[in-house]
Amino acid sequence: MALAQAQAQAAQLKKVKKQKVLLMGKSGSGKSSMRSIIFSNYLARDTRRLGATIDIDLSHVKFLGNLTLNLWDCGGQEAFMENYLSQQRAHVFSNVGVLIYVFDIESRDVERDLATYVNIISALVQYSREAKVFVLIHKMDLIQSLTREEVFDRRVNIVRRKTAEAVAIVRKQKPEQSPGTPGGAAAAAAAAAAALAASSPSSILDIDIDMQLFATSIWDQSLYKAWASIIHDLVPNLGVIETQLASVGVAIDADEILLFERTSFLVVSKWTSREGDNNPFGDRFERMSSILKSWKHTCSKFTGTPRNAEQFSDLEIKMGTKFSMFVTKFTTNTYILVCMPPGEARFNSAKLNVAAARPWFRFLDGPVIAPSAG
Amino acid sequence: VPDPITIPQTKGKPRLLLMGQRRSGKSSISGVVFQKVSPSETLFLESTARIHKNNLSSFMEFQVWDFPGQIDVFDNPNFAFDMDAIFGEIGALIWVIDAQDDYLEAVARLNNTILHLQRSYPHINIEVFIHKVDGLSDDYKLDIQRDVTIRIQDELSDQGVENAPVSFHLTSIYNHSIFEAFSKVIQKLIPRLGQLEAMLTNLCRTCRFEKAYLFDVTTKIYIATDSTPEDMASYEICSDYLDVIIDFTQVYGNWQRSPDWRKHLEQAPWMQPLEDQVACERAESGMVLSDAQRPIMLREVDRFLALVAIMKEGSYEKMPQINMNVDVVVKGLTEFFEITKPKETRTTT
Ligand SMILES: Nc1nc2c(ncn2[C@@H]2O[C@H](COP(=O)(O)OP(=O)(O)OP(=O)(O)O)[C@@H](O)[C@H]2O)c(=O)[nH]1
Ligand SMILES: Nc1nc2c(ncn2[C@@H]2O[C@H](COP(=O)(O)OP(=O)(O)O)[C@@H](O)[C@H]2O)c(=O)[nH]1
Ligand SMILES: [Mg+2]
Repeated sequence: MALAQAQAQAAQLKKVKKQKVLLMGKSGSGKSSMRSIIFSNYLARDTRRLGATIDIDLSHVKFLGNLTLNLWDCGGQEAFMENYLSQQRAHVFSNVGVLIYVFDIESRDVERDLATYVNIISALVQYSREAKVFVLIHKMDLIQSLTREEVFDRRVNIVRRKTAEAVAIVRKQKPEQSPGTPGGAAAAAAAAAAALAASSPSSILDIDIDMQLFATSIWDQSLYKAWASIIHDLVPNLGVIETQLASVGVAIDADEILLFERTSFLVVSKWTSREGDNNPFGDRFERMSSILKSWKHTCSKFTGTPRNAEQFSDLEIKMGTKFSMFVTKFTTNTYILVCMPPGEARFNSAKLNVAAARPWFRFLDGPVIAPSAG
Repeated sequence: VPDPITIPQTKGKPRLLLMGQRRSGKSSISGVVFQKVSPSETLFLESTARIHKNNLSSFMEFQVWDFPGQIDVFDNPNFAFDMDAIFGEIGALIWVIDAQDDYLEAVARLNNTILHLQRSYPHINIEVFIHKVDGLSDDYKLDIQRDVTIRIQDELSDQGVENAPVSFHLTSIYNHSIFEAFSKVIQKLIPRLGQLEAMLTNLCRTCRFEKAYLFDVTTKIYIATDSTPEDMASYEICSDYLDVIIDFTQVYGNWQRSPDWRKHLEQAPWMQPLEDQVACERAESGMVLSDAQRPIMLREVDRFLALVAIMKEGSYEKMPQINMNVDVVVKGLTEFFEITKPKETRTTT
């Protein structure tokens, strides 16, 4: 019954979804590093070799076969930023699905960073009002762990205030001059400021930015938490995936199931039993991503095969009367992690059942495209 | 003579002394190996002002003493040290040299130390860690090692000292080399190491394993391996595998499930206490690579030790037989360590 339902749904799942994702922030803030780690299997220390990004570095990341991320990694040197805000304004900021804005927590010139941020948000709101915004307060490893939370909270407040300011600027602009005022970022900002000063009540825009903030570092799992949230909302058919994971979970009496995309090891979806909900480790999902990803690196070093290649197919742990667990290659584009109550027979039957459930998730491997199609 | 530092008498616990110049990396090393500090966090370490002592209860009890760089125990105008208290029960003196810095003074002090020790405590192992070699080319590393070795040996033979127990290790906290070096240092302190090695060699033969390691779980130091040649790549993957298992276990194994959970698991169709449903009461684990070659297996021996082995192609299908052989070796190992296991630590934690 679940299978038939899945097939019916799968039929309408055959469309590839494309998402434009802007990656912006000051030069050196860590954009390309993050992208390389998440999608290209770089190690954190390899990122020291990255040069500054010149203009915009476009990449198309296939995710699960039915989602393509068009990643616009926008070089952050000032001249480029000016250019995005002026000549390329419409080109850069229209049809944006997600803006990821990166702040370097160690940056010396916070005021200027924030001013640029305000300009970027204004431009985004003008052209892609529906876009989601993720603000990453990055390089948090450079802050002593005791003060991290406090430093982050303080920055969150500032960024929220600045975001509201940016929205206010657009809101107060006269509608006819709002889209694409040519004449440079400075001119646009000046016009906006003038409009703000005039305080014209002609606001017809009701803008509410969908924004989330994360503290991140390439040196720990925080990176995976942020990026899992970013891709979470973009994955098509999330509802279907969740329902089906739940039926597997219930059928095999699991405590928890995590579904990972196979290259990035980001958690695509998860299911937790009522008992599993008592697990006190709230950060366990990103921890699992980070552990498995670094395990993959270890394997690649051992086997001498490229990091992007698949490395392991099965991993099993039986921890006495505490728990059992397996991580296994699931569909072409995914790995699955199943955490189980202990018991030899229970474990074996769960493995068989998970293998049998594979066809329900075939749609994750993407639309069936005729071989000739390019 | 006033005794500036009170040193508790600690019978039967080998002591590892960490000495060397300031900022050479001693505290970082002790943090990374014994306290799970991540290498990047060592950037925040402050200069050590006093002797820092760590007790390590594992399969053996160790003490690790981290000495402030500015203190020279043999040449100190301000106070005299009770030499017996420091060196009387020592297991090894680890001398840390910063390879990225000018090391002439460090080498001179080390020479001085060795000469002093040779007079009163000639059996102390002196382990020279040529440290912070990350980022240095392999050739350069070997050049430094050669240079340091020659400077020490020349000085020693000038002073008429031959065959001092001095060994050299290239180390960095940013990779496995520091754990490897500690493994070597500690193995020299294990009584009847040969017996342990023989057990592992036997296991490899009966199970057709490529390589087997016996790990100290908390530090990931390996305390014994089989007799096949040392191989850094094998050590790295086994050590990382142990890490993965520890991490998983920490997240999913350490919280208390509800009584209902157990009740549910023991009723129909299972109808057995959980204890009878499992095959092994301690952790067991296996991993298969995508190319199906060289699977890895792990078995917890007791709360301090784990056996990790690299198997041969096709052996994963024979796990039931392998497990029987592993059971036997685990039993042997448990008996071996019964003698050295700390007994009074159960009261704490
Ligand atoms: N690149 C590199 N740096 C290291 C390594 N180990 C330690 N360091 C760095 O060296 C610096 C000094 O290390 P410490 O551990 O504080 O030095 P120390 O020997 O305890 O110095 P004192 O407190 O004066 O005794 C820190 O910034 C560490 O991060 C290493 O393996 N590689
Ligand atoms: N300490 C630390 N350094 C980072 C982090 N992320 C990136 N970096 C470093 O910051 C530098 C600039 O990063 P990069 O990604 O090239 O910046 P971009 O100009 O925004 O693309 C590189 O040396 C990275 O290794 C982080 O989380 N912590
Ligand atoms: Mg860049």
